Amino acid sequence: MSGPQSIDRRRMLGRTAGFAGTLLLGGCDKLSRSAWFTRMLDSAESANRHVQAAITPRGTHAREYTEADLSPHFKSNGTHDPSDPDYRALARNRFADWRLELGGLVDRPMRLSLAELQALPAVTQITRHDCVEGWSCIGKWTGVPLRTVLAPLGVQTRACYVMFFCYDTVAGANEKYYESIDLAEAQHPQTILAYAMNDRTLPVPYGAPLRLRLGRQLGYKMAKYLRRIELVESFGQIEGGHGGFYEDNGYEWYAGI
Amino acid sequence: MIYRHTLLIRLTHWINLVCLVVLLMSGLAIFNGWPALYWGVRTQFNQPLLALYAIQDESGQQVGITDALGHRFVTTGWLGLSPGVDGRPTVRGFPAWATLPGPLWLALARRWHFFFAWIFVINGLVYAAYALFRRHLWRDLTPSRQQLRQIGRSAWDHVRLRFPKGDEARHYNVLQKLSYLVVVFGMGPLIVATGLTMSPWIDAAYPRLLDIFGGRQSARTIHFVTAFAFVAFVVIHVLMVLLSGPWNNLRSMITGRYRIEEPITESRVGE
Repeated sequence: MSGPQSIDRRRMLGRTAGFAGTLLLGGCDKLSRSAWFTRMLDSAESANRHVQAAITPRGTHAREYTEADLSPHFKSNGTHDPSDPDYRALARNRFADWRLELGGLVDRPMRLSLAELQALPAVTQITRHDCVEGWSCIGKWTGVPLRTVLAPLGVQTRACYVMFFCYDTVAGANEKYYESIDLAEAQHPQTILAYAMNDRTLPVPYGAPLRLRLGRQLGYKMAKYLRRIELVESFGQIEGGHGGFYEDNGYEWYAGI
Repeated sequence: MIYRHTLLIRLTHWINLVCLVVLLMSGLAIFNGWPALYWGVRTQFNQPLLALYAIQDESGQQVGITDALGHRFVTTGWLGLSPGVDGRPTVRGFPAWATLPGPLWLALARRWHFFFAWIFVINGLVYAAYALFRRHLWRDLTPSRQQLRQIGRSAWDHVRLRFPKGDEARHYNVLQKLSYLVVVFGMGPLIVATGLTMSPWIDAAYPRLLDIFGGRQSARTIHFVTAFAFVAFVVIHVLMVLLSGPWNNLRSMITGRYRIEEPITESRVGE
């Protein structure tokens, strides 16, 4: 999860409104506050998403690296150590009581313990993690492909998105972290639920006990501290309605760029 | 008076100017999200090529620092630490007057950047298609053999601020042609390709890009350097416009009409 320095859009708007700088800056910041202009800027997101999807050959994989490429220091971003009481209680018990809830538009909802997840066929991938801020780290991730976990649930045909609800709350936020991806991304072999990093049990700063890993999108999509996975038809009514915590704060839902 | 620039050239020129300004300023705002550059496939946090940040000096005063290729400079007020939009000293890479938006607001900077990147690319493709199919590329931009032979003389003329007059002024001079070619067909594609290499999705689809530029972090650095190469080009371009007849040049890029000055032969007699 890669975070910006300023996420409180409304507070920032107020600050911007008070201090228009030069004529150009003042003009542009004013434009940034108008609805039609931000809608126009937002149109680039769907252009990026559709054009990138159109020019991407089917079944492309993010490059996998070697042990020699591993980052000596992998930066942890977003929440490093959730202070949420329910998470603290689980962490004290080394996540023995933790269960991953799987539900929503599925025929057979489930609850899986860490041991049950670890008993499923595992994959290990050395991939790059790109933060929206601009830096990249390379880590080795071990976990279960999401599609393996979804298969026995009986995903209903109405389902379009996979929601990930988390235990952590980013400092200063009033909603818990959450994220979403579409079903195509959920079926990708590099979309995994990771419980180990660099051959060790996933440490708390990186999302213990379980986090999402995607091969082709930015870090903020890769929800840490997973609590519940839910299949939905649309996320318009969930939390801020943009499909994720950072999305509710102005970041793109499509984080492939 | 000759008709120098067609409508399409004039339009794409001014659209391009808007794009370059917005892309530069929103690009600096995105850079401020993590104001450091690296080389290679991953970020070596302790080995930046360039890093802008702030530290406390011995007296407890905050100072802005620029680390560039292992050299440290104090750049308070400009880089690392500068007045934010509220006027108070703020830890930030580039100052508020140079970034779009002014406040540290990465999400919005990305929106501006990616929208105008599309305009920049479409505008550039329209211009390139025109240059190829309407022979603008061969007729106006490709230096003749004779011009290339006289490149030294042309450079010396530029140094002495002597600009072509008469028949010679009907065409771009050789340095002009070469710099336009480098900017349009070199730096333009380079900045787009390095920008795309920063996209993890594009990297998965076209991993060759990672090999060409030496990794995502190298691509980010090349993207940054190329942006400043554009700035350098614009500075020289505007300087040349000012020195070689600002009104004539500006009018030709607005109305298309350019006045050819007759050579003043008397001044050459004394040489």
